[in-house]
Amino acid sequence: MNPVVDALARSWRDPRGRAGAIMLGAIAAGAAVGPIFLPDPLAQPCVLECRNLAPSWAHPFGTDDLSRDILSRVATGGRISLAVATLAVGLSVTLGAAMGLVAGYWGGTVDAGLMRLVDAALAIPRLFLLLLVLAVWDQVPMPVLIVLIGVTGWFGTGRLVRGEALRLREESYVRAAEALGANRRRIIFRHLLPNTAGPLLVAATLGVGDVILLEAGLSFLGLGVPLPTPSWGGMILDAKSLLFTAPWAGIFPGLAIVMTVLSANLFGDALRDAVDPRGA
Amino acid sequence: MTLLQVRDLVKHYQAGRFFRGTTPPIRAVQGVSFDVETGETLALVGESGCGKSSVGRTVLRLQEPTAGSAVFEGSDLFSLDRTALRRMRRRMQIIFQDPYSSLNPRMTIGSAIAEGIEIHRLAKGKEVGRRVGALLEEVGLDPGYAGRYPHEFSGGQRQRIGIARALAVEPRFIVCDEPVSALDVSVQAQVLNLLADLQRERGLSYLFIAHDLAVVRQIARRVAVMYLGKIVEEGETEALLRQPRHPYTVALLSAVPEPDPRRQRSRIVLTGDLPSPSNPPPGCPFHPRCFHPRRDRRCRSEIPALRPVGATRAACHYAETTPSPETA
Repeated sequence: MNPVVDALARSWRDPRGRAGAIMLGAIAAGAAVGPIFLPDPLAQPCVLECRNLAPSWAHPFGTDDLSRDILSRVATGGRISLAVATLAVGLSVTLGAAMGLVAGYWGGTVDAGLMRLVDAALAIPRLFLLLLVLAVWDQVPMPVLIVLIGVTGWFGTGRLVRGEALRLREESYVRAAEALGANRRRIIFRHLLPNTAGPLLVAATLGVGDVILLEAGLSFLGLGVPLPTPSWGGMILDAKSLLFTAPWAGIFPGLAIVMTVLSANLFGDALRDAVDPRGA
Repeated sequence: MTLLQVRDLVKHYQAGRFFRGTTPPIRAVQGVSFDVETGETLALVGESGCGKSSVGRTVLRLQEPTAGSAVFEGSDLFSLDRTALRRMRRRMQIIFQDPYSSLNPRMTIGSAIAEGIEIHRLAKGKEVGRRVGALLEEVGLDPGYAGRYPHEFSGGQRQRIGIARALAVEPRFIVCDEPVSALDVSVQAQVLNLLADLQRERGLSYLFIAHDLAVVRQIARRVAVMYLGKIVEEGETEALLRQPRHPYTVALLSAVPEPDPRRQRSRIVLTGDLPSPSNPPPGCPFHPRCFHPRRDRRCRSEIPALRPVGATRAACHYAETTPSPETA
């Protein structure tokens, strides 16, 4: 009865969940393994005669205006996007769980303070918050980008987990643990956290979709993944001027974003239903 | 010998955290005093919302008291600091009503029972498992069940697991918060028998919270009846059931099914609901629902004190003339 295994198994039986999982798995596998077999995404096989080539056997997704292979760039960009998304979501879910559990279980002033902070943070659009920081700081290194996205993404999860903690705090088994003399750490790690694993998993899956979009948006604005590292958003930015000469330069990274976000959301929705069959 | 002495216990809940003081507090417990003797059971009886569970939880300091004192084995529970309280937790335990929410669904029952042993470092390594097995056996379950999860058990079995978890730290005193109210009648008797056996073998004392006098008759030597945060009658179980002196006790008793069909007894159905504990009626808290023929102005203005009447102690101005369940 491991909650995570149980929820995964149940969402696999849901057609949405299965479709999402298969798609997400294929994209992740392609991004992980693809670059090993594909040409260097920065390589320019020939400079002039290989520019803006339409999709062919040699270049299934075509080439861009710098003669680079787009399939190879999409795959490498996927690596970056998925890595950024996974790490950032991992950070934000961890932060959200920690803050939510502390707020929900401690209650009182700690809770009120943390929740007002969350209210304030949620009132500012995340993109603007990031733009502000990134606009001041030219060419942010990737680890900093990940931390920034993670740190600005925990508010919703924090509130969700706080609600769960408030509910669980009243359960008799938590009272029993208190009566046995369990300290806060034990109650939080052994009683509250395992019982919020389901909602956390849902938040993480749906968060991956959000972060991919966010990262693409930032890269499109030239503030995300630093050049020349390929990223999906950055590729669309580059393809902007090729809209009519080489539409494939923008279509393929765009499709990659849509497919990834769609599959993450499908899987997340199925997971949500699996965690809480009563819906909502 | 007195194990636990509670005096003038008061517990108010403040509704609304942000605008503290703007709403009247909920007066769940309004000055309750009682003793629990070593090796005996005191039952605390009353309807939902009368404050009986708050008494149990406050005595164990699962909630902080508003006022009053509780002396357990010579130490004042309400003045213990955090470390001293943690040590004291070994001596006093609690069993809950709902067998479904009383066990963590993500923990095997073995690790649930072992938790207290780990917290108080009562055993190490393999000895923990041995103790868990022995506890399961003591409550009538197969020691091989230790690796299973709560959802694999019935309500009665879960209640046994909850008892084993409480016993793991070798307490002297257990608050039983309606431990059989959620169980089938046949299972109730088994759990009550188990509690009685454990009391005999381990010399345990119970504060047994219940709303059903039929259950209380089986387990408790003494009973305290609570109404709206106060004890309205108290005494030896047999005496109190034979001749209740407070009209509320009479009404409670008339709700117990009579097994003998030849005995006629009228059923007293109280009118109205339990008044709001944030705005209790003046005078006797029971007067708006009372059926005592001598009920008068005094009941509406003067709070009756708990005083000896016959074989029990009752808080009613006219306890001497309270109609018996047969004649009421």
